[in-house]
Order: sequence, then structure tokens, then C-alpha cells
Amino acid sequence: MATKKSYIISILVENEFGVLSRVSGLFSGRGYNISSLSVAETLDPSVSRITLTTTGDAEIVEQINKHLNKLVSVIKVVDYSEAEHVERELALIKVAVDARSRLELVGIADIFRARIVDVGPTECMVEVTGDDEKIAAIMTMLAPLGIKEVARTGKAALFRGGRLLTVGAPKAKKNKSTEKAA
Amino acid sequence: MTESAAAEKARQARDADSDEASAPSTSKESIGRQLSGAQIILECLLAEGVDTVFGYPGGTILPTYDSLYDSPLNHILVRHEQGAVHMAEGYARLSGKPGVVVVTSGPGATNTVTGIADANMDSIPLVVLCGQVPTSLIGNDAFQEADIVGITRPCTKHNILVQDVRDLPRVLHEAFFIAGSGRPGPVLIDLPKDVQTDICEYRPAKELAIRGYRPTVKGNRRQVSRALDILEKAERPLLYVGGGVQWGDASDELRLFAEKLQAPVTTTLMGLGTFPASDPLAVGMLGMHGGYWANMAVQNCDALFCVAARFDDRVTGDTERFACEARGRIIHADIDPSSISKNVRCDVPIVGDVGNILGMFNKLAADRPGLTGTKRIAAWRAQIADWKAERPLGYEKTRDGQILPLAVFDELHDLTEGDAIISTDVGQHQMWTAQMYGFEKPRSLLTSGGLGTMGIGLPAGIGAAFVEKERPVVVISGDGSIQMNIQELSTAVQYKVPVKVIVLNNGHLGMVRQWQDMFYEKRFSQVYFDSLPNFPALAEAYGAKGMHVEKIEELRSALQEMLDHEGPVLLNVTIPSEEGVFPMVPAGMAVDEMLFA
Repeated sequence: MATKKSYIISILVENEFGVLSRVSGLFSGRGYNISSLSVAETLDPSVSRITLTTTGDAEIVEQINKHLNKLVSVIKVVDYSEAEHVERELALIKVAVDARSRLELVGIADIFRARIVDVGPTECMVEVTGDDEKIAAIMTMLAPLGIKEVARTGKAALFRGGRLLTVGAPKAKKNKSTEKAA
Repeated sequence: MTESAAAEKARQARDADSDEASAPSTSKESIGRQLSGAQIILECLLAEGVDTVFGYPGGTILPTYDSLYDSPLNHILVRHEQGAVHMAEGYARLSGKPGVVVVTSGPGATNTVTGIADANMDSIPLVVLCGQVPTSLIGNDAFQEADIVGITRPCTKHNILVQDVRDLPRVLHEAFFIAGSGRPGPVLIDLPKDVQTDICEYRPAKELAIRGYRPTVKGNRRQVSRALDILEKAERPLLYVGGGVQWGDASDELRLFAEKLQAPVTTTLMGLGTFPASDPLAVGMLGMHGGYWANMAVQNCDALFCVAARFDDRVTGDTERFACEARGRIIHADIDPSSISKNVRCDVPIVGDVGNILGMFNKLAADRPGLTGTKRIAAWRAQIADWKAERPLGYEKTRDGQILPLAVFDELHDLTEGDAIISTDVGQHQMWTAQMYGFEKPRSLLTSGGLGTMGIGLPAGIGAAFVEKERPVVVISGDGSIQMNIQELSTAVQYKVPVKVIVLNNGHLGMVRQWQDMFYEKRFSQVYFDSLPNFPALAEAYGAKGMHVEKIEELRSALQEMLDHEGPVLLNVTIPSEEGVFPMVPAGMAVDEMLFA
């Protein structure tokens, strides 16, 4: 039995409407799951970057990679799990507080280098950035106070060191006979 | 021209344009003129060398139909949009060029979906042009609006909504390039009405720069050498060949290589004809309804070379127990990397155009005299021959004076000298065709292998007849399938398409009945037509010739009369309802666990 593990995949896609639907539709259509997803424009505004996490065995992830590459709107795909990289996610956590527990909350936030971004008489919002383990740890610590709601951004990832994920120079193909006609 | 010379010529032609985007030419006088979107669309079609399009007009595509009125393009008016797509598929399957469809928005577009999904599964190049409501109305639930780009996203190779008339030349040429290159497939273009009426200066697309789309054409030489190392040692090698050989124009290279190696060749349903059925090395079709000897061969081979097939479940049965003797020595050449190791783990993957790859095999094989297995493989070939003698396809031609399918295929093969183009529907008649006709040339069998679309046979045959004028086009259908698109007889009559339709009529949905007979305790649920039309009379009502035959002694003359008639003919052949397709591998079993009649 192949072992299942978590993978983090980044995809450079044409920044056009419907492209996210092509990618997510591929996952649902072929029965692969997406556990988190983030999308935004890159330095080159014609390109968007989708970062998603999925679970499966190595063969499934290889298939995912091949199928993603088959989509015409997909320019490049990398599996960050294969190399040294940094991955981060941001979570906003709304916690129930009162006058007595507020100080405890500040203490916990301080330990995790989290920020308190909103304060009210009965609740507090904490912003924390980190990998899965760190976000899980702060949630464990905050749970006794009463977590009311959580919003997570999905992951972003970059390779460590000089390695980049970029489109590279496009290889245009000359349309010979049209040129002749023109 | 000798075979090797033909292969060499094909190789040169391939090398000359390999890796290059398509190069459309356009009429000089249109360039720089102010044209409407609709006129630009037609300019682009002509530039791509399109001669025939299949379609049906309607509200949002009217501007394009108005331009078509003055165009030299040959437009075939169908009776249902599904028929248009299947005709374009037949056209493409035979010509190798993308088939073109023009339909309106909403129901016109949604009616194309089955055909598009069929083309996607069987790698058929299509360009489908759909009208769409004006951009200002998109999303308003306007009359005849459907999100066809959303609907067809999972069943096209690519699709796109055009929002600016100036994008049209680029989008159209990209569509033809994407449809026809790499692993071919359908591309849909959604054309809002205002994009068709807007006017701009016509500038042909100069560059096709699709940074996300660069199919690999040339195979990896080192992988080819590794594959040859395996085949050189193999004592029981088997070539397993699929429909991709047609799209790679690789039949000559395939035959050269099989002869060099002296290895047996089995084909999938889609691969029938890519290797001649009468060749001494031919093992015929494998899989669910493959020959006993072909399935035994794949289960016992010690090296399996898959050429442009995709280890479909109808071929492999239980993948865990498929070709176990060859594990560690499975070679797979395919243009689509995602087909490799998808169902069965492959040991030597070779991605690229199979014509190019097989050409490389033949070049490198020239330096390997030890490859030819005349002696090494002799015992293996004798074993396969023994299996064939042990369990031949056990069909009879007649019983109690009735016509059995084998008689139809034997007589048809004889009368057409095995040279007909056969278009089938889906069901028992399709499997009988595959088992019995004996295909000698590539692109001779047009059939729905992946999606299994009932109703494709007649329109695909009509589409093929627009390409092929010399060889007869024969549609083999059943009483169930033919009724799914029988309205296209009217199209055949209108355009005087000499298509010959044989309906093998057993009064039942035969294949479903067979499954119920074998696996559902003969509980024949909803497989009997209590009311069938009088098919010959129906054909006559459409203006075609209708014929009927049920006695074995009248069969040959009826087939002869059908083939001799100039226009479209429907021949209704009554066959007994209990006749089954055998051998059969029940779904999910290993392919050597066959059931026999």
C-alpha cells in the first residue's frame, strides 16, 4: 500500500478568467482532493500563481502533475515537497475573551509572534503566520479560551536559495506562410 | 513505392514540419481591410485549409451564416447539432484534419456536448464554433444563453470565449494548432454575437506563442535504446498497438519494426487497421471481446511494447493481474505523458510522436542484427498459433436458414475486397465488426472506443464520405443505435451521400441484453423494443433506398444491390436476438478469465 502524504504544488497559469475553474475542475473530475488553495497575480501581471496542497501517494501526485501540465492555460508546475522550501499560511482567529482572559491571550499571541488586530469587550482577533504546525499549536493554546471563527489563506511557498519559479522567455513560433503572404 | 521507402518519405515529411506550429496562409486581398468578426472567422477557416464545415444556424450565429452565404466554404446543413459534431468526427477520423462545426448558442451548443466528449476520449481533432449571446447580455440568463465554455471545460482539450474582435485571428489559429497537434482533441470557441458583428482591420496572426502548450514530438534516443535492449533479449515479446498510430501516421514504421523484430502484434479496438489483419504477425484485437489467443499472448508475453494505446480498462481488465509476466519490461510510447503509468506502471516511458519514435526504433535497429527474433521468437509464435487453433472465434454463418452476423461480415468483406470504410455505432454489432471484418488499412474503422456513443455511426459515416469518394463507406448499426441519430438520413439524401447503412436488427438492445443474460439472471429489464419502425419504409420516407433481408440465401445479393446503388441505402438485416459476442472478459476480471459461447 502506497503511503499518503501531503504535497504542496505551485502552478503558474495564464491570468485569464476561468483558469481557476480549469485547475479545480481537473481535481474534482479526476477525484483528487484540494485541502487548501491560494491564487494571486505574480510580478508579471499576465501570469497568476496558484498554490495548493493535496494529499495522495507519489503516483497520484505524478499524475496530477502530468494532467496539470496538459492544460493549455498552465505554464509551469512545481512540487515544493521535492526540495528545500519555505511555506507559510496566514490565519485570522477570533477568540472569545473577557477582562480576565484578555491578558492570557496577549501572552499566547506573544509566544507565537502573532498580532492582535481587533479587540472588543467579548472577542479578540489574532493574526498568525506560519506553517501547519505553528498554526495548529496556537489553535491548541487558544482553544480553552474559546475559538469562535477561523479564516485561513491557504499556503504560499517559495524555494530556498536562488531557485525560482518563473515563466522564462516565451518561445514564439513564427507563422511562416502568413508572413510570406503579408 | 516499397514500404521502407514510404516510411522514409513519411519520416522526412514529419521531420520537416515537426515541432512547428501550423502555418496558415490567407488571401492577400483581405489583409488590412476592414472586416467584420464573422468575415474574419471565415478568412481564418480558409487560411487553415478548411473545405467543409458541418452546422446548423440560429440566432446568435446569424452574422457568421450571413458571411457564409458568399463564401466558397462547403457547409453541410445537418438535422441535429449532435449529428454535426459526429460528422466532423468522421471527417477528421478519416482525413486526419480537424473537423469543423458551426452552431448557435444555448441548445445548439449544448447539443454538441456528447460529440465533443466523444472526440475528447478518442483524441479526434475538432474546432467547434458556437454562437453566444452578445457580451453585454452574458450572465443575464438571456434567451438561448448557456455557459458552454463552463459546460465543456472538462470534455475539451481547450476552450475559449472570445471577447474582442481583434483576438479572433489569433484564437482561431491557436484553436486549429491545439486541436491538431500533440494528442489531438476538440477545441471549442464561444463567439458572442457582437464579436461577430464588430469590425476591425484584418491582420492574420503572425505568431502562435502558447507558452503553456509545447507538446513533445521527438522521442528520447536513450529510452529507445533501453527499449531495444529489452526487446533484443525477449523471447516472448508482444506489440500492443492503439489508435494513436493513425494520428502519428506510423503504420509503415510499425510494420517495418514488427517485421524486423519478428514479433506478434495485437491491436486495440481503435488500433484495428493500423497493422494489417492478414499479416502473419497479426494477432488481432485484445481485451474484453478480444480473441482468446490475443489475451493469452498479452498475459504470457515477457516484454510488452505498447505503441500509442492507453491501457484502457476494456483492454486490461484487472490491472493488478494484467501482463504480469512482462512486469519490469513494459515499454510505452505515447504523445501524452499523462497516459503513461496511469493505469499500469511502465518501465520504459517514451514520450513523443509515435511516427518519430518508431522511426528512431527502425534507425537504431539497423545496427542490431541480434534483434531479429526469427529463431528466438519462433516457439512463442507457434504457441500463439496453438492458442488460436484451440479456441478460434466460434461463430457460425447461419442457423435454421437465419442470417448470423459472421455471414454479413464475410460477404461484406468479400464484396468490398476488405477495402470499405466502416463506421459503427456502439453495442454487439460494433464488437462483431471489430472481430470479423478484417481491417487492412489505417483509418478504415471509425468507431467510438472511449465514450461508447450510440448514434455516432450514421453521421460519422456521412462525414467520412465527404473525404473519401472512391472506397465505399458502410455504416454498421443496430436497431437501438440507429434510432439515436436516424434523422441524419435526411442530410445524406440532401447531399447525395452514398452511405450504406446495415442495421443488424435483433429487436433488442443486444449488448445490454447479453449482460443481463450473463450477469443478471436473465432478468431482461428494458431491452426489448415492443415497437420498432419499419426501417426500410422509414428510409424510403426520407428519400433513401430501403431494403430488408432475413434469409441467408438472399444476403449476398442484397448486399451487392446495396453497394451498387448510387445514393444512400438502409439495409435491415434480421438476426436472432440470442446471438452473443464471445469470448468475453467480465468487467474487472483478468483478461485470461474469458467466458465462451
